[in-house]
Amino acid sequence: MDFLTVLQILDSSIRLATPLLLACLAGLFSERAGIFDIGLEGKMLAAAFFSAAFAFTSGSVWVGLFAGVGASVFLSGLHGAASITFRGNQLISGVAINFLAAGLTVVIAQTWFSQGGRTPQLPSEARFGNIVLPGAESTIREIAQLGPLGQIYSELISGHSILVYIAFLIVPLTWWVLFRTRFGLRLRAVGENPAAVDTAGISVVGMRYAAVIICGVLCGLAGAYLATALNAGFVKDMSAGRGYIALAALIFAKWRPWYALMACLLFGFFDAVGNRFQNITVGEIVVPVQFMQALPYILVVIVLAGLVGRAIPPRAGGEPYVKER
Amino acid sequence: MDKMPKWADVILIPLISVLLALIVSGLVVLIIGENPIEAMQIMVRGAFGSAYGWGYTLYYATNFIFTGLAVAVAFHARLFNIGGEGQAALGGLGVAIVLLSFGWPHWTIALLAAILGAALFGAAWAAVPAYLQAKRGSHIVITTIMFNFIASALLVYLLVNVFRVPGSMAPESARFAEAVHLPSAAEFAGFLGFGGSTPLNFAFFVALVCCVLVWILIWRTRLGYEIRAFGHSETAAVYAGINPTRIIMITMLISGGLSGMMAINVVMGEAERLVLDFTEGAGFVGIAVALMGRSHPVGVVLAALLFGALYQGGAELQFEMPAVSREMIVVIQALVIMFTGALDNMVRMPMEKIFLSIRRSRESGSQSPAE
Repeated sequence: MDFLTVLQILDSSIRLATPLLLACLAGLFSERAGIFDIGLEGKMLAAAFFSAAFAFTSGSVWVGLFAGVGASVFLSGLHGAASITFRGNQLISGVAINFLAAGLTVVIAQTWFSQGGRTPQLPSEARFGNIVLPGAESTIREIAQLGPLGQIYSELISGHSILVYIAFLIVPLTWWVLFRTRFGLRLRAVGENPAAVDTAGISVVGMRYAAVIICGVLCGLAGAYLATALNAGFVKDMSAGRGYIALAALIFAKWRPWYALMACLLFGFFDAVGNRFQNITVGEIVVPVQFMQALPYILVVIVLAGLVGRAIPPRAGGEPYVKER
Repeated sequence: MDKMPKWADVILIPLISVLLALIVSGLVVLIIGENPIEAMQIMVRGAFGSAYGWGYTLYYATNFIFTGLAVAVAFHARLFNIGGEGQAALGGLGVAIVLLSFGWPHWTIALLAAILGAALFGAAWAAVPAYLQAKRGSHIVITTIMFNFIASALLVYLLVNVFRVPGSMAPESARFAEAVHLPSAAEFAGFLGFGGSTPLNFAFFVALVCCVLVWILIWRTRLGYEIRAFGHSETAAVYAGINPTRIIMITMLISGGLSGMMAINVVMGEAERLVLDFTEGAGFVGIAVALMGRSHPVGVVLAALLFGALYQGGAELQFEMPAVSREMIVVIQALVIMFTGALDNMVRMPMEKIFLSIRRSRESGSQSPAE
């Protein structure tokens, strides 16, 4: 395996890690504020469909992006209403949202496009194109002639869609918002001890809704990336468990932004390796491709088992806040 | 004193929730541009209009009784077992191993062995999440979700590399022997008009027996009392000398075993071989069924019947109204989970107010009629 092949796998890891990263940061905001969200998958799927459908119909990828984010925020609002206003079970609400998205996207796609629950293939102007950074080469032949640094720059850093760069910029932004602003302090406090926040005269309900809406926006970006950048259109169940892997990454990262980046890159790498090689031979042992697919989940179980440090969720996570006790 | 009479809590609120779910589903059908009343009629006719329809409805209902009971038992201990899908898949593995490795002389013996295999494998798959919840406090919802994905990968691997018949491309096991064939509805109830293609089989009775056993377990045994006590208040249960680790483990093992037994119906009764993704989301439907059935076996049977009808009626709907995709069932299922599970208080809060005001007006009416 030469250097360029390694770079190509890493490049593909970045592409595959991006939706995970966006969804993972979405979950980070929500869960830090004490709202468990296992509906990341559903929101991503809904956003993927609406972004593809609107991008195709309008011909503009930006219209698609807004529609996707809108759909995701709508589902977030539903989750918020169920878990904040009506103090329902957040896990059950998340399950319902996942099913709702899985069903509705196909039902609407079937009526809208009559192509068996998918959108038509998006033309290139209705997709996010790849940005070639200044001084970078874009074709594989030109890249192969560059030196190692040039190859890293051209293959790995350049040539992604704008959403990839946005996703990576949101990591420091999330860190800054959560750990360096008053809003972030309050948001984290609402997830740890809502009664204290309430006593300080800050609206617990308001903070939690804000977190849930941010979660919806980020999930929307993740879904739009899936349908309009990574692929060219929506197909049934295209999120393919990525929302759950993002959830896994969130736990793996112990609800911290920089670690979330690492975890998503790692899981993206597994995905890229699994795509490129069917079975991997290590010495005498053949690692089946199914093992690579299951690896993120296995790792999370190991982390949850406390074998590699302990993953402690926000203390008030999953509990609806009732003012008087 | 309760704010509402018991019948309102047990019957009225679930009914209103399901009604709301159906109304919203009807709106979706309307937006698509079809007539929701007509769609409803097609579904009801498809599910209950013929022996053929009944055969499928009850067949699906059998699956949902198993998975619904599984979720319900866990709910009593306030554990949310979302891993029914994975546990059922492993149950199928257990059934296949039991039925393929011995030459069973008669289906009755094979059935007992297969039940044991299915329940053991399903329970084993629930054991690790249960242990992690009990000993490490890791959230059972997350671990059971992860175990669903691990189970699915494991099953694909085993079907492709171990069970696949040499020379065949299809990822499925060899067909089970003729001797272990479970009587189908056409054989034991042919006089009711069930045809040869009806998937309904003897497993239906196994599911009903499980309902009775779960009822006895939860409301008539010491263990059931401990499970419910633990579910109401962990601290109080611990104070009363109930061991939380023991309750979590036992409840989850029973729950996993029940999920696994779903394979009796599908793998042993219908497909008669282990196939890929035979669970078809039944593990998740179990959540809706348990929520709607208020975690009571009678409620579970009724809710399972409703969802069985939805599945069968939905299949018919797809034929007669091609504009309405089969995924409409998933939408209805999602709305039922949403309204009966997460938005329960949306219905409950106004209902409590109504009942309170009725009671107040009665009390004030009897005390001071002059006002």
